[in-house]
Amino acid sequence: MTAVDDRPLPEIGSPRKRKEDRRLLTGRTRWTDNIQLPGMLHLAMVRSPFAHARITAIDTSDATSAAGVVVVFTGKDLQDSQGVNINAWPITADQVTPTHLPVVVDHVACAGEIVAVVVARTASAARDAAEKVDVDYDELPAVLDLKEAAADTVLAHPDLGTNKSAFWKLDSAEAGTGGDVDEAIARARVDGIVIEREYRQQRLVPSFMEPRSTVVDPTSEQMTVWSATQVPHILRFAIAATMGIPESKVRVIAPDVGGGFGGKLQTTPEEFATIAVARMLGKPCKFTETRSESMISAHHGRDQWQKLTLAAEKDGTVTGFKVELLADLGAYVALVGGGVPVLGAWMFNSIYKFPAYQFTCQTVLTNKTWVDAYRGAGRPEATFAIERIMDELAAEVGVDPLAIREKNWIRHDEFPFTTVAGMTYDSGNYEAATAKAVELFGYDELRAEQQRRRESNDPVQLGIGVSTFTEMCGLAPSRVLGSLSYGAGGWENASIRMLATGTVEVVTGTSPHGQGHETAWSQIVADRLGVPFESVEVLHGDTQIAPKGLDTYGSRSLVVGGEALVLAADKVIEKAKVFAAHLLEASADDLEFSGGRFAVKGTDKGIGITDIALATFAAHNLPDGAEPSIDADATYDPVSFSFPHGTHLCAMEVDTETGATTMRKYVCVDDIGTIINPLIVEGQVHGGLVQGIAQALWEGAEYDDQGTLVTGSFVDYTLPTAADTISFVTGHTTSLSTTNTLGTKGVGEAGTIASTPAVVNAIVDAVRHLGVDDVQMPCTPERVWKAIQTAGAHSGDVTGAAQPHFAGGTPNQDPSAGATDGAAQ
Amino acid sequence: MTRVNVTVDGVLCSDDVEPRMLLVQYLRDTLGKVGTVVGCDTSNCGACTVHLDGRSVKSCNVLAVQADGHEVTTIEGIATSGELHPMQQAFHDNHALQCGYCTPGMIMQALDVLKENPNPSEQEIRVGLEGNLCRCTGYHNIVKAVAACASTMTAGGGAVEDDSPVTVVAS
Repeated sequence: MTAVDDRPLPEIGSPRKRKEDRRLLTGRTRWTDNIQLPGMLHLAMVRSPFAHARITAIDTSDATSAAGVVVVFTGKDLQDSQGVNINAWPITADQVTPTHLPVVVDHVACAGEIVAVVVARTASAARDAAEKVDVDYDELPAVLDLKEAAADTVLAHPDLGTNKSAFWKLDSAEAGTGGDVDEAIARARVDGIVIEREYRQQRLVPSFMEPRSTVVDPTSEQMTVWSATQVPHILRFAIAATMGIPESKVRVIAPDVGGGFGGKLQTTPEEFATIAVARMLGKPCKFTETRSESMISAHHGRDQWQKLTLAAEKDGTVTGFKVELLADLGAYVALVGGGVPVLGAWMFNSIYKFPAYQFTCQTVLTNKTWVDAYRGAGRPEATFAIERIMDELAAEVGVDPLAIREKNWIRHDEFPFTTVAGMTYDSGNYEAATAKAVELFGYDELRAEQQRRRESNDPVQLGIGVSTFTEMCGLAPSRVLGSLSYGAGGWENASIRMLATGTVEVVTGTSPHGQGHETAWSQIVADRLGVPFESVEVLHGDTQIAPKGLDTYGSRSLVVGGEALVLAADKVIEKAKVFAAHLLEASADDLEFSGGRFAVKGTDKGIGITDIALATFAAHNLPDGAEPSIDADATYDPVSFSFPHGTHLCAMEVDTETGATTMRKYVCVDDIGTIINPLIVEGQVHGGLVQGIAQALWEGAEYDDQGTLVTGSFVDYTLPTAADTISFVTGHTTSLSTTNTLGTKGVGEAGTIASTPAVVNAIVDAVRHLGVDDVQMPCTPERVWKAIQTAGAHSGDVTGAAQPHFAGGTPNQDPSAGATDGAAQ
Repeated sequence: MTRVNVTVDGVLCSDDVEPRMLLVQYLRDTLGKVGTVVGCDTSNCGACTVHLDGRSVKSCNVLAVQADGHEVTTIEGIATSGELHPMQQAFHDNHALQCGYCTPGMIMQALDVLKENPNPSEQEIRVGLEGNLCRCTGYHNIVKAVAACASTMTAGGGAVEDDSPVTVVAS
């Protein structure tokens, strides 16, 4: 069954090509950096090269006198006007939260912090002059390692007295949602299975393709801020809340935004510095970062140590799961930085019926770039841990990884199901998604090939990785957020304006930056109002046009924002119905609305909704006392999270002689409820998959022992290219969400959440018979090779089978090869 | 300052530029050709790819003065009389763009790939696009679009190849 077969109306489920494409295809775009304003000045940031230091002096005289330079500001100059970068989600009442100034005054807590701002006539003059700002630093010892930071021997912020920011716990026995996990583990130690693992979630750089840019025009009564952000509404709130500017005096515009992936879910030092400078000078100002600046100053993602203890009976029935996280926040607690790892609390138990569960998380400050949401935000980390350890359990029990999952997962007839973490999953069918994925993958054939390769001692082994994931998305019911001390609600707003000439303006509070909302929202509204897809115009991303909204992140836009559209459309219909009854001289009770037309039941009398829009515009003949408008506005607060799920299967070939890995096949079957636009959904899945695969195989933000980001450009931070990746096989099963009327679930993060463990499980599966039970991410050839070499069992054989790559005496061999540990590269 | 004469999207442009000015800066800042964008500072991402005398170059890797006397085509110059170029159309038809930031460079490079090899395999397309990064699409639909465009362009309205190398989508 697919959504396409069942679609109630023609637009929903149709693979409409995107409305937003044309301007993007022809270069007719409005990226923030494209904006030029009369008299505009350009900013360049002077950034600290040190991870931890005190500023003792700043000499700006050479820079100030350079050609084209207007002024140079230090933190001291801006300290009363620059506001502060907020943490909107203190996860505990006693969370230790260092003050985060956009431009530091005297204390630098990570490399890349802004210490001075050069303002000049051109961007190049500003950048040239930034080189002439002379800053004296007293270097302080930096704490860089997460575990060392937790020991508090060196402090990231000496004045705080500790690196520990907050400790957060969810225990099923205490919460009454399950048993005592320690008891379950103790029992399993006696007569069951206990699997203990420690996994590293490496630090990642979101790497949106458009570098961040901000333009501020302070010259009108309402200051306008254009920014490459996912969150124009949240930015406006933060500006008003921290800079002493009335919210009504601030207009924020997110024009065309070139990707975000959580990386632009932030209110940034660069935005605040640009606003402060523009206001001080009374001139339009622009700051656009270089990629190298972006790598070090835009927030990073992930970065956890995960200590896991899984208790099970001998047959593989899990009896308890204990999760102890150590999460690196970097130098500051970012907008939702503390909360991101906590989102995992409800997800480590995933699709399974665990009777006992405990999640604890210690967040820790270090002298590294701050950490916040990156596609998946807390859920990829959780999914990786549970899906890796379920494979370990399968290996211990000696059964197929799919069998161990089936033994423990929630059956389709058990929904709605309240999990051991206290979350109620509305719908799902793990059996169906898995069966379809197995079929598309050719699971049995690939298992047979794997067996043949093992038996023939093939130097290239085949592994199959499984990931049966779920996630919670659609942030979020406001009451739930309130109970978690989150600083905002989780509602979304939409308004619909029925124009006199028959077209429709839809205003949404979501803020797309590649997701295709203009197309999908048009489809929803076209169906609901019975107007042509082409007649619907979707407006967004400007607080003057879309004054209410909570923006785009957490796979929330469709499941929350889409539902707001439905509510607004239904209000339009209700209002129009009164006018229709009047114009048709019929009782409203006798009217039925279908296909854009109100008809009097049992007659051929009727009137179209666009005709009513025109009649309302004229307002010549409306019911007495009626307000002449059928426009409507709606705000929707979700009643629950959304729980998409799916089964992802990955086949990896591993060259046991070199450690090189090659992806052979990737199949995913995702259940995301109703699909509004299959074309857009496929795109979201593909892109998500590659980001998750990239974490497994290639990406990692690596620092040297001085706290310098050595993967500070696209030379060293290795994003996958077209040549590194393959084409995917995607499919869907459909269990409608029961918590929204469209039956939708989020899809933006699904691919990223699911794919990472599928890939690593496949690599480990390929070499498990050699004694390997883990390879740390990213699974570079060097790490895979070393895992094989150190695993023992067959390493001698493998080395013996290796082909000589170079004849003796061949020039250009690196004499130190093999001595380095640049595994992340 | 140095005087350059560059034909950009069919228009002869004559400007004084700093010798250090990059071609991409000349296009964006001097000419307002902001359809061509900058995604990195190490010539890895390819977002700034344009054609110089008909071959793709990363315009962050060419000085404006090197373009003196040459012809530059940007993403803004390939659609004719309001009609999308077949490659632009193929990107649209195959949903080969999401945020669209890499798209100008990706399309210009894709044209170069087909110029060199009008009938590439999936792997040849992938290798041909290796210098252009995309963070949204996972490349799947970009590869599909380039393959589809190759079919239309080489077929000249005739038969579309059955052995399209791109994996089908099951649903």
